[in-house]
This record gives sequence, C-alpha cells and structure tokens, in this order.
Amino acid sequence: MENNRILDIENLVVRFETDDGIVRAVNGLSLQLEKGHSIGLVGETGAGKTTTALSILRLVPDPPGVVECEKLSLDGRDIISMPIKELEQIRGKDVSMIFQDPMTALNPVFTVGEQIAESIFLHEDVSRAEATRRAIDMLELVGIPGERANEYPHQFSGGMKQRVVIAIALACHPKLLIADEPTTALDVTIQAQMLDLIRSLREKYSTSLIMITHDLGIVAEICDEVAVMYAGSIIEKGTLEDVFNRTKHPYTEGLFNSIPNLNDRKAMLTPIQGFTPDPTDLPSGCAFWPRCPYACEVCKKEQKDIRISDTHYVRCSRYEEKDFRINRKEIS
Amino acid sequence: MARKKKKAEVSGQKQYKKRSIAAEVWRNYKKNPSAMIALVLVVIIVFVAIFAQFFYDFKKDIVKQHIKEKFQKPSAEHWFGTDNYGRDVFTRVIYGTKYSLSVGVVAVAISCIVGVTLGLIAGYYGGFIEDLILRFCEVFTGIPSILMGVALMTAFGQSIGVLMLAIGLVYAPMYCRTTRAAVLPVRDQEYIEAARVAGVGDLGIMFNHVLPNALSPIIVQVTMGVASAILCASGLSFLGLGVPIPMPEWGAMLSEGREFMRDYMYLTIFPGLAIMITVLSFNLMGDGLRDALDPKLKQ
Amino acid sequence: MDENLLEVKNLKKFFKTKRGTVHAVDDISFSIKKGKTLGLVGESGCGKTTTGRAILRLTEPTGGQILFNGRDICRLSKGGLKKARRDMQLIFQDPYSSLDPRKTVSQIIAEPIIANHLSRGKDKIDERVNSLMSTVGLAPRLFNTYPHELDGGRRQRVGIARALAMEPQFIVCDEPVSALDVSIQAQILNLLKTLQAEMGLTFIFITHDLSVVNHFSDEIAVMYLGKIVEMAPSEELFANPRHPYTQALLSAIPVPDLSAKRERIIIKGEITSPIDPPDECRFYKRCNYACEACRKTPELEEVCPGHLVACNRWEELENTDTVVQDQEEEAK
Repeated sequence: MENNRILDIENLVVRFETDDGIVRAVNGLSLQLEKGHSIGLVGETGAGKTTTALSILRLVPDPPGVVECEKLSLDGRDIISMPIKELEQIRGKDVSMIFQDPMTALNPVFTVGEQIAESIFLHEDVSRAEATRRAIDMLELVGIPGERANEYPHQFSGGMKQRVVIAIALACHPKLLIADEPTTALDVTIQAQMLDLIRSLREKYSTSLIMITHDLGIVAEICDEVAVMYAGSIIEKGTLEDVFNRTKHPYTEGLFNSIPNLNDRKAMLTPIQGFTPDPTDLPSGCAFWPRCPYACEVCKKEQKDIRISDTHYVRCSRYEEKDFRINRKEIS
Repeated sequence: MARKKKKAEVSGQKQYKKRSIAAEVWRNYKKNPSAMIALVLVVIIVFVAIFAQFFYDFKKDIVKQHIKEKFQKPSAEHWFGTDNYGRDVFTRVIYGTKYSLSVGVVAVAISCIVGVTLGLIAGYYGGFIEDLILRFCEVFTGIPSILMGVALMTAFGQSIGVLMLAIGLVYAPMYCRTTRAAVLPVRDQEYIEAARVAGVGDLGIMFNHVLPNALSPIIVQVTMGVASAILCASGLSFLGLGVPIPMPEWGAMLSEGREFMRDYMYLTIFPGLAIMITVLSFNLMGDGLRDALDPKLKQ
Repeated sequence: MDENLLEVKNLKKFFKTKRGTVHAVDDISFSIKKGKTLGLVGESGCGKTTTGRAILRLTEPTGGQILFNGRDICRLSKGGLKKARRDMQLIFQDPYSSLDPRKTVSQIIAEPIIANHLSRGKDKIDERVNSLMSTVGLAPRLFNTYPHELDGGRRQRVGIARALAMEPQFIVCDEPVSALDVSIQAQILNLLKTLQAEMGLTFIFITHDLSVVNHFSDEIAVMYLGKIVEMAPSEELFANPRHPYTQALLSAIPVPDLSAKRERIIIKGEITSPIDPPDECRFYKRCNYACEACRKTPELEEVCPGHLVACNRWEELENTDTVVQDQEEEAK
C-alpha cells in the first residue's frame, strides 16, 4: 500500500513570517495520492492551495516562508531532507508544474522548441539533437505543428502558449503533474480543449495529477478524488461521488449552493455569509465557524478528521453527534 | 512566480488593518539606514537655512571685512579659518545655506509648476498636443544646462531671482517627461473611466485622480532635483554668473577661494564639503523615497 | 412595461491599426425592455466589452444608432451626454483597478454626487453616501477606509454604490463577478438581483460565464467576432441552441454535477483575426458544419418568435438533428 503512493504528506504547516504578523497559509494538512490517480484541490483565494503545491517541490520562498512537516515523501523518497542538487533533478523530471498564466511562464527570448528541448536535455542523458527531436514530437502531441518549434512565444496565442507549457511539463514524462489553475486565464472553448488534452495525455503516460482549481466543474470533469481546502486545511476529502453526491462539510455545501444552477435558473443563490478569514488572525477551532450556519460551541475547539467511509473524511466536529445532518440532499 | 503569489496572498490579508499610504511609505523608509541618515542631515540643513539669519547679522558677521585677521588657519576661534578679507569662513558657510537651499527649492518649484503641468497635459490628452510638448522638451534638453543658464543670466542680468528662474527653466523638461511617463499607465486605469462615467470633467480627473496616482516618481525627482539645482547654482556662481558678490553663496565662495587654493586650501574645502554633503543628502533621501514609494523596485 | 428602454441599431465600432481595420463590433442590433436584463455572452475578443462602452459613448461608435428612451446617444453634445450618463451607469470588471487607490470609500461614492451637484453640503452628501453604503451592504465603519484595505467582494460593492449614486435607470455590468471567488460571486449576484427588483433597473450583463448569465438574464445575445450569432430568451437559448458556436459554448461549461455527464462538442482552433474579416460566416474556420453555403455573411433570422440565429444552415442542421434522433429511436 505504502509503495503505491506517489505522494504522501503528513501534517504540513507553512507560515509566512512578515512584518504584518504571521500568515498561517497551511495548517496541518495531510494528503495522500495513489499512483496514476488524480486529485482536485479546491478552494477559494487564499485557501493555501498554491502554497501547498509549492511546498511539495520545496519552492516556498524562505524567508519569509517556514515549512514544517512530519512527512513529505514523493514516490517513496523523502523530500524534506533531500539535498538541493537531488531536488533539482526531481523538479521538472519526476514532478512538474503548470502555472496559471501561460503569458509569463515562457521565456520570450527562446523559441518554444528550445524551451522544451532544454527541459529534456537537463534531465535526461540525451544529445542536443535528440532532445530537439523529442521536443518536436512533444509539440505535435499537444496539437501544435512541429514546424512551429522555431517560433517565439509571442507568436502564439494564449491557448497555444498553454499547450506549449503543457508540452514542457510533460516532456520528461513526470510521475506527478501539478496543475495550478491551468485554464483560468483561458476562454471556455479553449479550456475545453485543454482539459481534453490533459486528460488524454494523462491516460497515455499514466501520470498522477494534482489539479488546483476554484471551479468544481473542472474537478468533476477531470479528477478521481477531491480535497476541499479552507483557510489552510483540508476540510473534506473523498472520491468525486463522496464529495459531490454525499457532501458532508457545511463549507462544501456552501460552495455548491453558490454556483448558479444551469438547470434551474430561477433559483436564488444561497451564498456563504461573511468573508474569508484573515490568515494572520484565524478563528480558534474550525476556521469556518464564524460563517457557518451550523456552528455551535464544539466548533470553537480543536477539530479532528472524522471518517465517514474508507475514502471519505470530513473535518467537522459536529459529526460526532449521531444525528447531525446538513441540508444538502444526498444523491445516490 | 512564487514570490508574486505570496505577495498577492499577503496583500490579500492586509485588508483588515487600517493604514494610510503615508504611514506605509514611512514604514518602508525607516528600514533604509543611509536614507535615514540623509533625512536627518536634510532636516539639519533646512533648520540651519531657516535659523542662521537670526544668529548672525548679515552686515556685521558676514560681509564686514577684517583685513588684519585675513588667512587665519582653522582654530578654536575660527573653526574653518578666515578668508582673504578676514571673514570667518564657518559663519559664511552656515549663512550661505540659506542661499544655496532657497535657490534649489525655488528653482525646483518653478521647474515643477511648468514641467508637471505640461507633462500632465501631454500624458493625459496624448496625440498632437503630446507630440508638440515632447518635441519642445527635446529641443530644450539639447542645450547644455550651464550654457542655457549663462544665456539667461546675461540676458536678464545677474540677480538671485534670475538665477532661480534660469535653473528652474533648464530643469523643467525633465519634470515634464517624468510626469508624462508616470501619467501614461494611470490614464488607462479603469478608475479614470469610472470618473468620466460619473460626470467628472477633464480638469477634475487630471488633478483629482491622475496627479495623485502619478505623484511618487515626481516626489523622487523633486528631492533629487533640489540637489542638482544647488549644484547648478554653485556652478554658475563659480563662473561668476550666479549670486552676486559678496553674498556668501557656496559656489561663489569656492570661486573666491580658488585664487588662494595653493596656500590656503581650507578656503575651498569647506564650501566644497558643504555642497557635497547637501547634494549627497538630498540624493540619498531621493533614493530612499523611491524605494519606499515603490517597494516592488527593491525586490 | 413593454416599451424599449434601449435600442441599438446597426452599431459598428472599427479600430484602424497598422495591419488593417479591426472590426470590433460589426453591425449589431438589439433592444432591451424596461426592467429586464440582456446578457451579452462571448469569449475574449468578441466585442462584448466594446459594445458596452460604445453604448455609454466611452468610445465613439463608428456607425449606427443608440436610442435611449427614444433619444440618440450618439448625437448628444458634451453637456447632453453628461446628463444622459446620470441615467446610464457602468459597473466594472476589475474591482482592483476601477477604484482610485488614493481615495477613501466615501470619497469614491461621493464623487458622482458632487460632480453632478445632486446633493449639496457635506452633511447631505455624507448622509447620501451612508444610505448608499447600507443599500449595497457595506458596514458604516468602512466609510473612511481605502480600497486596498478591502477584499474583492467589498470593493465590488463600492463600485456598485458608485454606479447607484445617480439613481440610474440603466446599468451596463461588465463582467462584475468574474474576478471574484464563487461564494462572493453569489453574494454580488444576489445583491444585483435585489437592487433590480427594488429600483426597477435595466441591465446589460456582459460576461463570458454562461452559467452566471443564465442565472441572471431574461434574454441572451451570443457574440462571436463582433457579430451577434444568436439571440433568444434565456430558457429558449439553453434548451434549443441553434448556432453551432452556441452549442459548443454550452457544452464546454464544466458542470459540478456528476449525473450530468454530457457529450462535449470540442471546436477546433482558436478565435480568428478580427482584422478585415472576409465576407463569410465569422465562425466558418472553426465550425464543424462549415460548407460552401457558409462563405457569405449570414443575417439574423427568426427561428421561432423571439429566437434569432445567424447561420446559413440552421434549417438544414435542425433537420439533420431530427434525422439523427429518429435513427437513434429506431435503433432502440
């Protein structure tokens, strides 16, 4: 079981020590991902999704960032104590990342072919010529004609650039791909093309995927599992069916109720009240209680993960009461 | 990338803390030790410039000659020694602060009024007006500033007022271009359009929205401008075109002391040091302000 | 109630560039009834924002008429325009760049009141600002705060309060929620809906998010490269999309609902250049149904009452759909 895990994070804590106080970005996050699976990390701005992703590659800027972790292993190898040289070998080779903005992720002074080839050349024992040949293959794989390898990023449109970024990320056939809001900057029809591309490439190379997004719709399209984050903690995680059809946490419920329903346009939205908490000054206990319609005294105390089923966990103390239910109906 | 993300997150959290923009700038400024030293020096210099005239009498202490005591070396009595007319150099350097600084400040004020207004108009309206103003600035900057000063001084006669005007006009194009460059990105912001939709006129938008948001580079330019104006004024005085003798302007003192430099070095060293310290303080303060106003630049 | 508040006739906006004339908005016509909402949907570069700005004459239209309460906005003098804009306001997309960072919340909201001399005297103005702030749900303690101290949702509320200050009849909402988190987005949408019901406001709602526009609009116009390709009441458009582009757009929305696994229509390529477009259907190069007949610019035709579509082949396509359905039924 252990060896089958591509990623194993135990009790990750990240804080930024700034002049304005200590920003608690990630607070005791545990996450496991099986090989070949894909998980969606969902949450709103400031929930700590990106920081979590950056900690996996030890890319959190230090200072001001302080990362503490009981266990952080990638494909069985310990990341925390790994020397930086070895880590650099892993970045881009075993784990690669796609960033939100394709406009700034590419270097404007190199051709796209050179940029893909560079990544291959750095990580694999191949000649320049071989790397270039494989770069062209990669381009064609993501749907760009190979002859455009000699063009510069500014000659590509937004969607095309994101294809190039995906090509670079997948050039060395990584075991784990971290996609940080890869389609947020793109139009809907282009987003559909991109999701299709990521899905088919993932099947081809059986890459594991962490999809960071704020859009539950994208998660439903592309992930097997979901972890919902709020104020630096995972408050609910499970398979797609667990979280979407048998929602347990009040915050997840609130998220679903905030999305306009395509099938019932007259329905008034029920947004979550209030605002996201200040991470320099988080509420005690469950960080969501000041906004939660079900909050009571228990919620101000330390929260534990409560097991609903083998796959489904929720961090909400109210489930210790036997007959606690939220309003959202279960769909079987 | 990572840094940017973090910044965004941090600024997202600051939302609940109340803090005005000025306080933020001051907080950043304090972190820079050389800028803090410069600020202290500038405060002292300004203080001296304002109050020196109450401690010394112009006729008695500054211009009255004591031929018997000429060329005395620095001593307990005369800290900086005495010059060829037996006047105390220390008193004259202290008193001269007033001239140097007022020339600097007034000249910069003139440059500002002319340059900032033109730059604002050029940046805000764009098109033909912008081209016209910019070409005009280019022609102006093509002429060496000392030459320009010399020409104006000879045309209008030698007085402290003309000196201020001459230096002010020489530096005006610089302010014009700085302002225009600062206005351009502000002009395209949505809040400018929002003001237009709200029914605010062009003048209102220019002075209420555009100028305050384009102010930081102008403030920096002003601080550094005082330094260059002082330097320019000293240069002109050194050439005998600035503040008329016997006023104790630093450049003029340098010029007078130059004849005796071989034997009495201190006659030139002290006014020279005064110029250097003042210019350096203003420049360092400008540097510090620039970093404090735009923290992105530093990182 | 049946009168048209706004009528746009043959509106055109061209930009001259070095490479040719950009047809940003090319001959579009529509009208909005009092108290209703028209959704203007399309991807980036389709001309929806330009349309919104042209209606307020923030950019001068190249041609066409904009009749507001029967008066042509395009022919107004500067003073007339200032008066007209009291009734026509704009809510901006980006709550970060649309508020002057050097002004406090109260100064921002008071600006239109002062500029149009709607109230006089500091007390009267403050009173009006306070009542506007409570209308949009801003706490009175935010009166003297600066925009950078507020989060996106509160900033957008400031923007709405500013737009309401002149008691307009008509508001162009340019992507008012696309920069916001889902839970905040729902708050703002609800606020706009309540305001519309209370004040009888008429909206043009510009967005790229179809689920939001479906929730919000009575009628929807889909734009593609400066043209309206389809226009219909919201329910009708979502139930029976006729234009191939609309169909693709609708199928591309990721839906956070596991039961709704739909067939996705992926359209190839990306938006083509709006510079000197040839006389053909604008969607020709990407359309899955393109044929010779599409090499002429289609006109908007009425499919059924209130439902307009600009496609040369809509009648044929409708038949093929039924043909396919018949075949499926036979197969069963």
